[in-house]
Amino acid sequence: MTSPQIEIQMIAAVVAVACAIPGVFLVLRKMALISDAISHSILPGIVAGFFITQDLNSPLLILLAALTGVITVILVEAIQKTGLVKEDTAIGLVFPALFSIGVIMIAKNANDVHLDIDAVLLGELAFAPFDRLILSGLDMGPKSLWLMGTILILSLGLLFLFFKELKVSTFDAGLSSALGISPIVMHYGLMSVSSVTVVGAFDAVGAILVVALMIAPAATAYLLTSDLKRMLLLSIVFGVFSAIAGYWLAHFLDASISGSMTTVLGVVFLMVYLFAPRKGLLSVLYRQKQQRTEVSLITFLLHLNNHSEEEERHINHLNEHINWQKIRAKTILDLAQKNNMILIKDEIVFLTEKGKDFTQRALEYIMTNKDERIEHMKDDFFLFRG
Amino acid sequence: MKNKFAVQVDDLTVAYNYKPVLWDIDLAVPEGVLMAIVGPNGAGKSTLIKSVLGIIKPIAGSVAIYGKPYNKQRKLVAYVPQKGSVDWDFPTTAIDVVMMGTYGSLGWIKRPGQKEKKAALEALEKVGMLAFKNRQISQLSGGQQQRVFLARALVQNASIYFMDEPFQGVDATTEIAIINILKELRKAGKTLVVVHHDLQTVPEYFDWVTFLNVKKIATGPVKEIFNDDNLTKTYGINYKVAINK
Repeated sequence: MTSPQIEIQMIAAVVAVACAIPGVFLVLRKMALISDAISHSILPGIVAGFFITQDLNSPLLILLAALTGVITVILVEAIQKTGLVKEDTAIGLVFPALFSIGVIMIAKNANDVHLDIDAVLLGELAFAPFDRLILSGLDMGPKSLWLMGTILILSLGLLFLFFKELKVSTFDAGLSSALGISPIVMHYGLMSVSSVTVVGAFDAVGAILVVALMIAPAATAYLLTSDLKRMLLLSIVFGVFSAIAGYWLAHFLDASISGSMTTVLGVVFLMVYLFAPRKGLLSVLYRQKQQRTEVSLITFLLHLNNHSEEEERHINHLNEHINWQKIRAKTILDLAQKNNMILIKDEIVFLTEKGKDFTQRALEYIMTNKDERIEHMKDDFFLFRG
Repeated sequence: MKNKFAVQVDDLTVAYNYKPVLWDIDLAVPEGVLMAIVGPNGAGKSTLIKSVLGIIKPIAGSVAIYGKPYNKQRKLVAYVPQKGSVDWDFPTTAIDVVMMGTYGSLGWIKRPGQKEKKAALEALEKVGMLAFKNRQISQLSGGQQQRVFLARALVQNASIYFMDEPFQGVDATTEIAIINILKELRKAGKTLVVVHHDLQTVPEYFDWVTFLNVKKIATGPVKEIFNDDNLTKTYGINYKVAINK
């Protein structure tokens, strides 16, 4: 690897981590679309900032553009508060308006400034190492690495300090407010951090793809864990993995780096969506199939429980009586036998003590929905897991 | 002179989009009562609680908790919001939700430690949910979720409890478990203000009641004011509830 290659990957990884952190809270607050709005509407802020500072990495530009992001949120909320339109409509009204102002500003001054729409929208990570931070003649590395590194440290620090506050205000704004942890302060704090992150990252990955880095890792992690800390950690891992894998994909395909990174993010999400142990598609399908089998099993056991007459319990008659196909009946019979719930003697099926007990408890659960007595059965049977 | 009212609301008016939802409410809740707030949908019951707790800003009027503004008395007050007001798919566990009750006394930045964890475990035990402490909250039944919310309020160790429909969507066993805990709290001298929907159970569960429908209709001991006259005034129809003894 050459040194620019290492630098590009470092920038990509730092951007990914910086985006993943606010991303988790945006996803949990069902505000993923707001990040999309912010990423577009900061354009006029960036352009205005650029006119003033003539430097895309200037802290002033970052602050000006981030302010536009916060203004976006305020505008969306103001329109929403009128009660005339819903939030998604308000978002759809605000960001194209601000974005178009940015586009016109660039177009009117295209001849004088070095800033074009493509660069803002798509970013170009490959050029990032060219813009270097020189301190008293010393090369300190790419400017954008320093910039994103600073933003990352800032947001990590805030996350560390205010983790508890972020958690409670995201989960239960009412309680949070009653406890004296103002959800409004936390909301605008998060919006400010998100805006600063988006502005810092747009140079590297572009204003549009930064949304993918914020939302996709969080959405992926959400499918895998039920712990907020772990969700944050997993988002970071997915983000960094996709950033670096995306870089190499772009390298081999000779394609856009940010495009490849986003593609990897999408593929990672798809994989997790399919194969996640609890919420994944395959596991849901498997669970449904198991539940169907378990319902059949209980139906079968109930039938045995309710009928003492031998002919009702004759192995050949069971098919007709419960009206199942042969294969299904065989599966259920095997399952019941394997679990020692039934005994077959002279082709007559008997409920064992265990089978009786199980039927009784299952019946009780279905009728009362009280799950104290079936707690231990939850591990073996999907049906009882609610 | 010590103020004998746990909660005192004066001339409180709250509006959404300039439409009043609570109009000139005067209310004094004596210390140590178990009070129901009843009224039809849209009567402003939740709004009343939320304005007392400073979650909603009133356009007029004032609120006092033991004679002082709410933001000076936060630590004396616990709150159980409506169960439906939060996302139960949030990635967290039962004990973690209960620990949130300690965040107020911890203040900003400080993290909960062993002491808070111990308090949370005790509260879970009290509501019969200790076995579920590490269960993801989406894996709990509606009644269990409500018990977790109650445990979270218990952990706040407050003097006044505000509860927004704690019996909504819970099974009979949970309802009995919850009301027993509420009665225990009252015995311990706590004051409880509960938004309640089931008029049939008011005389059995509560000793104090407030009728609310945008304006305050009546407030006082259940024995004296829980009658057809007030019910009709509150619900607007000729309300005959069976108050069988």
